[in-house]
Amino acid sequence: MPSQEVFSWLRTRFFPHIWCPGCGHGIIMHALLRALVALKKKKSETVIASGIGCSSRMAGYIDACTVHTTHGRSLAFATGIKLAKPELTVIDVMGDGDCTAIGGNHFIHACRRNIDITAIVMNNNIYGMTGGQASPTTPVGSIATTTPYGAIDPSFDVCRLAEGAGASYVARSTIANPKQAEQFIMNGIKKKGFSVVEIMTHCHTTFGRKNNRRTPIDNVNFFKNNSVPLAKAKEMSEEELAGKIITGEFVNRNIPEYTEQYLALIENVRGK
Amino acid sequence: MPEVAFWQGNEAIAYGALAAGCRFFGGYPITPSSEIAEIMAERLPKLNGRFIQMEDEIAGIAATIGGSIAGMKSLTATSGPGFSLKQENLGFAYIAEIPIVVVDVMRGGPSTGLPTKAAQQDVMQARWGTHGDHGTICYAPASVQECYEVTVKAFNAAERYRQPILILSDEVIGHMREKVVVPEIDPSTLTERKRPVDIPEKFVPYRPDPKDDLPCMASFGDGYTWHITGLTHNDWGFPTNNAEEIEKKMKRLMRKVDRFRDDIVEYETESVGDAEVVVLAYGSVARSSLRAVHDARVRGIKAGFFRPVTLWPFPDKEIEKLARKVKTIIVPELNCGQMVLEVERAVHGKAKVLPVNLVNGELFKPEEILAVIEEVA
Repeated sequence: MPSQEVFSWLRTRFFPHIWCPGCGHGIIMHALLRALVALKKKKSETVIASGIGCSSRMAGYIDACTVHTTHGRSLAFATGIKLAKPELTVIDVMGDGDCTAIGGNHFIHACRRNIDITAIVMNNNIYGMTGGQASPTTPVGSIATTTPYGAIDPSFDVCRLAEGAGASYVARSTIANPKQAEQFIMNGIKKKGFSVVEIMTHCHTTFGRKNNRRTPIDNVNFFKNNSVPLAKAKEMSEEELAGKIITGEFVNRNIPEYTEQYLALIENVRGK
Repeated sequence: MPEVAFWQGNEAIAYGALAAGCRFFGGYPITPSSEIAEIMAERLPKLNGRFIQMEDEIAGIAATIGGSIAGMKSLTATSGPGFSLKQENLGFAYIAEIPIVVVDVMRGGPSTGLPTKAAQQDVMQARWGTHGDHGTICYAPASVQECYEVTVKAFNAAERYRQPILILSDEVIGHMREKVVVPEIDPSTLTERKRPVDIPEKFVPYRPDPKDDLPCMASFGDGYTWHITGLTHNDWGFPTNNAEEIEKKMKRLMRKVDRFRDDIVEYETESVGDAEVVVLAYGSVARSSLRAVHDARVRGIKAGFFRPVTLWPFPDKEIEKLARKVKTIIVPELNCGQMVLEVERAVHGKAKVLPVNLVNGELFKPEEILAVIEEVA
């Protein structure tokens, strides 16, 4: 059960939520709310932006300044909000399709700009809300409604993408390790700059059903059995790592943050 | 002494926006509107405002909506292809009722079309471009002076009606230089967003004020927590599938413009009192049309001139009244016949409506329109 403090962040009058019983998104929402409580954030100074998809419905359930935008575009909306009011804590919650397909351009540019937003990418390897179509993170060979003979296109590695595009903080966890997910979210929020926390989750309803991970428990076990901490992964060969999920903090660097740069520019221009 | 300037239309829009209190611009480079972004990039930081060049047109309007959600009067500017890309989030601003101003400096289309040439091919897209029903408020300036003035009006309307407002300029107006008498704008005459008076616990973000049927709006960071969504929602901003709530929302969205139609509609006429032939034109075409009407008068033809300043809502009642007194209404446009459909709807057979269309990238010459006037007179 959530603590009283966590509970106070929920818009329970809008429940029941739309997620299937056993969905991993609830575990992630709980981890996010615990992180917000631990960081003593104020609801009226916390923005949760989201795009479209099951995961993006999370924004509506959280009692904060919430904006459920268009598919893939949430980071661009969030960028406008953050730039207008840099004092706000801005978190963007999105799914893998939202982040890496339709919103891919916004994602890489948010990383490049290094604006102080924390992106939580809930990666369930599938478009769940629309019924289980393949996404850019669907593993090769997996069955989806649009890859009935198995996916042939290589999938994105969200963390490597974020690292290459210039994010300040990049980490990955799974819903089988909610304490770690909470810690990474907390670290991401505290980091001045663009943070990406990818959390591997499942859609047993659409992805699991077709890929031998039928029940929520099958999926939790899958994550437990296939996660490899970064330190251990460094000692493993490419073959040994095939199909494994590397978890941990990949990037944590101090680089200039966009709104700080812009405010400094204002000061500079106005001072002249 | 009011300041006298020598500006391009695009410059006048940028300076008009700043005078109206605009402090946020999100956009993407595109011809022939880029000067607006360039001026905002230079001026906004000096006013503690915000300029951001986004990764694409879609993100440009998204960031602009974000700026407005955070409480800043916000602008984006684009042209044809960019206007197409912006339609998705324009729809978001309509349903979520976020005040923004969107400028489209029209060029020839479809697609990349004629980036450096004038056209008026986006007038129906301005009304129907994004999917779903909504009311539209759209200004079409015909001079540099008017670029400045309608931009101020557009910001006032955005804040008052809590919805996006469009300005359809065109390549000729955008790049033409003219004298502008810069009006002295008293900031107290500007419309500011109606803020909630309720305490945060009682704030209902989409409940209309019984006085004017328009909801107030809190900004993120102002002490209120609320939900914004592109899904059809109830007064609390929460998604609904309830037929009654859906209908209530949709009807109120439409009413925003319908109910205040007479306050919003603007047009200009000349010599229509005894006119038998009227030339109805907007934007840059209105300029060659007016000259043609003057020349026709010199030749003894009873010609008149009607210019919608707001394309949407369209001055249909006023045109219907005019149609009762005249024989022919000539509608020259830099497209294959778009606003003429609205004129025909308004006229409803009471006068002859004659479209004159030019889509070769050039502006009408006055003599081309005069020739048509002479033909029908």
